[in-house]
Amino acid sequence: MALLAARGISKRFPGVLALDAVDMAVEAGEVLAVIGENGAGKSTLMKILAGIETPDSGQIVREGQPVQIGSPRRAAALGIALIHQELNFCANLSVAANLYLGREPQQWGLIDRAAVRAGAVQALAQLGLEMSPDALMGDLPIGHQQLVEIAKALSTKARILIMDEPTSSLTNQEAEALFAVIHQLRACGVAIVYISHRLGEVEALADRVLVLCDGKNAGELARAEVSHDAMVAKMVGRDVAQYYAHQAHPAGDIALQAEDLVVPAWPEHRLNFAVRRGQLVGIAGLVGAGRTELLEVLFGLVPALSGRVLIDGAPRAIRSPADAIGAGLALVPEDRKQQGLILEMTVRANVGLPGLRRYRRVGGWANFARQAADADQMIERLAIRTPGPAQIAQYLSGGNQQKVVLGKWLALAPRVLLLDEPTRGIDIGAKQAIYRLMEELAASGVAVLFASSELEEILGMADEVLVMHEGRITGQLQRAALSEEAIMSLATGKAA
Amino acid sequence: MKKILGILGLLLAIFVVTWVVEPKFVSAYNLQNIIRWTSLFGIISIGVAFVIITGGIDLSIGSLIGLVGCLLPMLLAAGYAPVAALVLVVALSLAIGLMHGLLITRLGLQPFVVTLCGLLFYRGFARWLTEDQIQGFGSSYEGLRQLAIGKVALGGGFALPIPFFLLLLAGVLAALFLNRTIWGRYLLALGRNETAARYSGIQIERMKVLAYVLCSGTAGLGGVLFALDVNSVQPAAHGNFYELYAIAAAVLGGCSLRGGEGSILGVVIGAAVMRLLYNAINVSGIPTQLEFAIIGAVILAGVIADELIRRVASRRKAGRGA
Repeated sequence: MALLAARGISKRFPGVLALDAVDMAVEAGEVLAVIGENGAGKSTLMKILAGIETPDSGQIVREGQPVQIGSPRRAAALGIALIHQELNFCANLSVAANLYLGREPQQWGLIDRAAVRAGAVQALAQLGLEMSPDALMGDLPIGHQQLVEIAKALSTKARILIMDEPTSSLTNQEAEALFAVIHQLRACGVAIVYISHRLGEVEALADRVLVLCDGKNAGELARAEVSHDAMVAKMVGRDVAQYYAHQAHPAGDIALQAEDLVVPAWPEHRLNFAVRRGQLVGIAGLVGAGRTELLEVLFGLVPALSGRVLIDGAPRAIRSPADAIGAGLALVPEDRKQQGLILEMTVRANVGLPGLRRYRRVGGWANFARQAADADQMIERLAIRTPGPAQIAQYLSGGNQQKVVLGKWLALAPRVLLLDEPTRGIDIGAKQAIYRLMEELAASGVAVLFASSELEEILGMADEVLVMHEGRITGQLQRAALSEEAIMSLATGKAA
Repeated sequence: MKKILGILGLLLAIFVVTWVVEPKFVSAYNLQNIIRWTSLFGIISIGVAFVIITGGIDLSIGSLIGLVGCLLPMLLAAGYAPVAALVLVVALSLAIGLMHGLLITRLGLQPFVVTLCGLLFYRGFARWLTEDQIQGFGSSYEGLRQLAIGKVALGGGFALPIPFFLLLLAGVLAALFLNRTIWGRYLLALGRNETAARYSGIQIERMKVLAYVLCSGTAGLGGVLFALDVNSVQPAAHGNFYELYAIAAAVLGGCSLRGGEGSILGVVIGAAVMRLLYNAINVSGIPTQLEFAIIGAVILAGVIADELIRRVASRRKAGRGA
């Protein structure tokens, strides 16, 4: 009997059916990997199991008993623990305090500090972790913070451990330590639901692989069937080559060049690279490799410490996004909801925002009528699905929101387009539309530089790849030399 | 728009109830008084609305009104020509706004803290400057004082106070600025989401400084009018709490303290509600000690009703989406 099973789970968010009658089951002492592209519904399913979201329909069964989860507290009582991709802890408190947060043992109304410390020592020892329970959580490396979160889950007697992209910010060594802990837990009969984009890791760990695609079950692979190609084929639901539809374009002159650029986050490294007109250049790397920081410097959000940026061969001083826009740059940022859009404003107003000064007439008067007409044209060109141009951006699906962000910048006809995680959290249809758009732009002579955590996307789209590791460009690979192994070894800091 | 209808409804309700309780309430004299004071408060409320729209706050308005109220008679008494004195106090107000804006954007200080210090400083400075002596224009400068106490006869024994026309002018200019220029759009955008505005290439620091300059500038103008109106400026008390009236009017009129929301018409109606309520308490025989309690209760009831309506509306919207 499955330790935990979900049957026919459906969940709808405004504008998108995130889960459509999904089934899942995990046994004691099993590692079940759940894979799928961004927007496939993995995270939503896990949030439902952890009681953060409630399903619209479907049933959750715990050892044969149907249960209502409904709240994280109830999930914990049922022995289900979720370790989020973004860790949740109080950086200002000690490891021990974090382990007992919200369930502190008390005596006479005061926290029983001795009991907290003793419990923490035991919980850490159980995972073989050598760290002081008195260390401040914020001072630990990310890998250790993650292991503390696991220790916390286990100390609540969790029997089902859900891990959402646990290795996304870990170094190789830290990941190895995590895998050892997972093996140990599996041997103790803990059920582990493991979500990852790293197919190599899934291949090594999983007893069974569940594939989600567009909110639906897209198949299952037993241990013996697990292979990279089998997983990819199931994930994208069609032939990979056709999915990305990459075409080589004749590369033109250098459009964007960085010379000895120094990003404030890593003052010790100088970055040198060039992107030519008509080229799609990918930036690969682990979380924290410095991809976003590099793009932020290029776009003037953060000033470079030194070095220079040349656009079309001419050095340009870029000290603000306004300077960057003036130099012909555009950035589709990582976080669409916070950085890309003003969610409460209309689609039309969002599309018009960066180019508004072009509609200025004498005295600051804006020609909003013409701006609206241009925005409506952009909405049509990008096939943005919205009830109307006056719809509030918030109510669009993720994919359409992302198209709005792209539309903001295409309206300015940039010479260099920077994209940070261009397809994060959007459905397959929208992804393909964005890939096609990137291809079109490159074909029209735009230089495209995109950062992505999805190796498949990098492999499928890039003419050339810059691989980053801890703020350094550790390698530059041409399309012919691209492989998951080559990128991963550079991304984890090994020399090419 | 719905918010404006709501606050307009509240205004009418208070008006009708007071009329029924005390018919003398609608005398021409009383109504002119309400309109004059609404106009003065409306002008300073429009100023603070710009700051609130950026997600900031200005607590120094009342003290600035007090300082300007003291300086203007002093400058005139020192022999400055009226125009020169006006230019000086308004320039001082603009400079104070610029300073607030720069401290907030360049040094990254919190608007609450910066303007709270302003509240204390300008008040203390005004009291020291005047040695706490009451300032006024006496019986001179009658022409200048017409700006605040003058009237334009409409016939039928009714006349509209001059400040009403000043409010009209300020309101129309502010509304055009907010809704028809790119800067107005930038202010609304950065108030909603500063990060996204920055990523869109908007120079948010400059826009914020502009908002504080506009706010202090209108407070300075308001300070001139208030001083001309009362003709007896007590350095320790003149303008006390006016920032809170202005903020309350802006919030009643649909500005969210979270930023990004607000309409000039709503703010003006909000100011009218405040003044009407104050007047209603006075004419209807309610003990004036209860004044603050009643104003507080009515505003609270208003924002609670607004929040409840918003929740129902968003629930209905979510229902449609599913």
